[in-house]
Amino acid sequence: MTSATLRHSVWILRGNPLTAVAATGVLVFVLVAIFGPWIVPYDPVASNVSKALQPPSATHIAGTDQLGRDVFSRLIIATRLDLAIAVSAVGISFVIGAVVGAFCGYAGGRLDRAVGRFVDVMMAFPLFVLAMAMVAALGNRIENIVIATAIINLPFYIRFARAEVNVRRNVGWVEAARACGESHFSVVLRFLLPNILPAMAVQISLNLGWAILNAAGLSFIGLGVKPPTPEWGIMVAEGARFISTGRWWLVAFPGLALMMAVLCFNLLGDGMRDILDPRMRT
Amino acid sequence: MSEDLLRIDNLHVAFSTRRGMVEAVRGVTLTVKAGEMLGLVGESGSGKSVTGFATTRLLDAAGRVTGGRILFRGQDVTKLRGDDLRQLQGAAMSMIFQNPRAALNPIRAIGLQIADAILTHKRISKEAARAEALDLLRAVQIRDPEARMNAYPHELSGGMCQRVMIAIAISCNPALLIADEPTTGLDVTTQKVVMDLLADIAAARGMATILITHDLGLAARYCRRIAVMERGRIVEEASPGALFSAPQHAYTRRLVAASPTATSRIEDLVTEEERERYTAVLGKPRPVPAHGTPPLLEVRKLAKRFDQGSAAVADFSMTMSGGESVGLVGESGSGKSTTSRMICRLIDPSEGDIVFDGQSIGHVASRDFHRSPLRKDIQMVFQDPNESLNPRFTAFDCIAHPLTRLDGMRAGEALRKRVEECAERVGLPLDLLPRFPHQLSGGQKARVGIARAIACRPRLLVLDEPTAALDVSVQAVVLQLLDRLRRENDIALLFVSHDLNVVRMLCDRTIVLRNGGIVEQGESRALFDNPKTDYTRKLVEAIPHIETGPKLAAAL
Repeated sequence: MTSATLRHSVWILRGNPLTAVAATGVLVFVLVAIFGPWIVPYDPVASNVSKALQPPSATHIAGTDQLGRDVFSRLIIATRLDLAIAVSAVGISFVIGAVVGAFCGYAGGRLDRAVGRFVDVMMAFPLFVLAMAMVAALGNRIENIVIATAIINLPFYIRFARAEVNVRRNVGWVEAARACGESHFSVVLRFLLPNILPAMAVQISLNLGWAILNAAGLSFIGLGVKPPTPEWGIMVAEGARFISTGRWWLVAFPGLALMMAVLCFNLLGDGMRDILDPRMRT
Repeated sequence: MSEDLLRIDNLHVAFSTRRGMVEAVRGVTLTVKAGEMLGLVGESGSGKSVTGFATTRLLDAAGRVTGGRILFRGQDVTKLRGDDLRQLQGAAMSMIFQNPRAALNPIRAIGLQIADAILTHKRISKEAARAEALDLLRAVQIRDPEARMNAYPHELSGGMCQRVMIAIAISCNPALLIADEPTTGLDVTTQKVVMDLLADIAAARGMATILITHDLGLAARYCRRIAVMERGRIVEEASPGALFSAPQHAYTRRLVAASPTATSRIEDLVTEEERERYTAVLGKPRPVPAHGTPPLLEVRKLAKRFDQGSAAVADFSMTMSGGESVGLVGESGSGKSTTSRMICRLIDPSEGDIVFDGQSIGHVASRDFHRSPLRKDIQMVFQDPNESLNPRFTAFDCIAHPLTRLDGMRAGEALRKRVEECAERVGLPLDLLPRFPHQLSGGQKARVGIARAIACRPRLLVLDEPTAALDVSVQAVVLQLLDRLRRENDIALLFVSHDLNVVRMLCDRTIVLRNGGIVEQGESRALFDNPKTDYTRKLVEAIPHIETGPKLAAAL
């Protein structure tokens, strides 16, 4: 079975080179996140004012910042933090959102309407402002960024899972599962949820990109990760001060890293749907 | 009438797929004369619809005409471009599709949709087009056409939507109408009304019609000439009489044999070679329950009301003994599916009781019934085999599911054996077990569904239109399988269907439902031969029959 899945994945990737590129990109980001501390050429937090604000060169391929820290090393180390925030936030909102949404979509009725209105109210808020407010209220810590990002992602998962389950709840194989002795509870958890997973994978992938942007955005405006911790958003924020004097590398490289990460996750979405959907396997 | 309106010469159509080019039509030659109704009959995958689509140039992007010509009034359709093509589509020939609801625009009033079709091809004012649309609604016999002009498709029944489709199709007086399964999915009574209407309109307007259908009986009733297609080729072309009394090609013989008629028995549905194996089973006498044995199933005054509105089912009572087969027939909306699901304990009745084997189960909430020891005794086979298998389960998982849940079996050798046993029982090749549903054909999926239902050796099997989505030859095999299971394993069958020919063959007794209530019930053959109520008579008369034997000889 695993070899069939692998062969199928290879087939999909070959037919869709963009997905292959995106998958490779995501893989590179993940590897960098894991092995970052071992591959950095310089200490990301060690300042050396004598070497401040040097443009990209052979020794510092992405230049140095105002405190003489190596921008490239900081980018590498920041990967882990940015991905960790995004993955844990999306993970939390996916698990809660999918389960809540699936049960609402399956049960319908009063619970469904109540949750539906609550989601509507949440989505009426400007979500980034909501995240800002939460971090400001809860305190400027990484776990609070994760919680805030998870909460503003939640409505999408609830709605998505609800809609996907709702169209399937009266399908023959759901009734068949009940005739085979499954309770309503296990029908939702063990039958409906796995079946909406391919569709949700696309949402997860898109959301990861958005969550990275969101975390970086919070840090950019000073809510979130605090200096001197390397983080893409802070790096852009700090570098922004030097754009007017022509020190473009301080902003361009972290900006590029952000853009590439978001782009890779977004492109991966569609490819993942094709790989996870058993109907595409022939 | 020497001139052919349409002449298809050695047509080849291929589709590009993952596995390269696949030929769907390989050398079809056909002629249609003006004003004639031709039946194009075949099972799914025979290429009959593709031929229709190629003729109207509606093939989807992956399909291509790779050879042959389609001459319409002497002009090669396959070479038309631009304006000529638009003139052809709709104005000179038009098409009616299988699912009328999907073919209509859901957010535009039907009167406007008909007017749109007229305006595409005629330079007339909007008012004139509306007036014409109103005339067309009258022509297709829609009641109260003025009011219906502003109705949306969802406000109309399936039969009404198909009438609107016919109105659109005939709006520009085409010379050729291609009807692709125009009545599949409609009730038999509606089917008759719609087909009668179509035939009348075609005759009155002198339109030629190609009726594409899988139903030999339907084609026989309305067409003078029938072409039978198999795997992209026309294997036989003849008048219905000749076709059914003396089919020439082996495939036609099989198809004719498999089509149930008013008098056929289950054992008749296969060709002679296969019949022997089956009659061996029929020879064995069935155990007759001792007198005074309590019935297996007793339903008392069952009723179901959904949230608001009138009762879907009311005052429904019946009894069944072990090994008996009972048919539950009625049009859509008659409450037969609701009733079957209440008996299966998938939904709760509002009133009444269900007694199974002496135990009252009507009051056990359906949400708790999965814990009942009787769960495995009442199993169900669902309507559409394409939808009744979990897409993430292999055939093996599907059949193993009830065994692990209800018989407490664990993964291992014993489970594998039981699953293989069930698969063999329903004639499913064992090498198909690791496949996912989408890798199986409709008939194979139906078998998996039945294997799953019989895996725990139930005593009552509820079947919800189990063959409605299947080709007749597959249907024949499935029906025989069910009958054999009943005879050999003493499983009682509650067979829900709108196909009266099938019910007549399979069921000892039949219950006719209408608007949630029992209209008539009795021994099947007696009930169908001498219906006591008008409703049952209407149902019986609406079934298109293949007339065989003396009746047909007299007609010739």
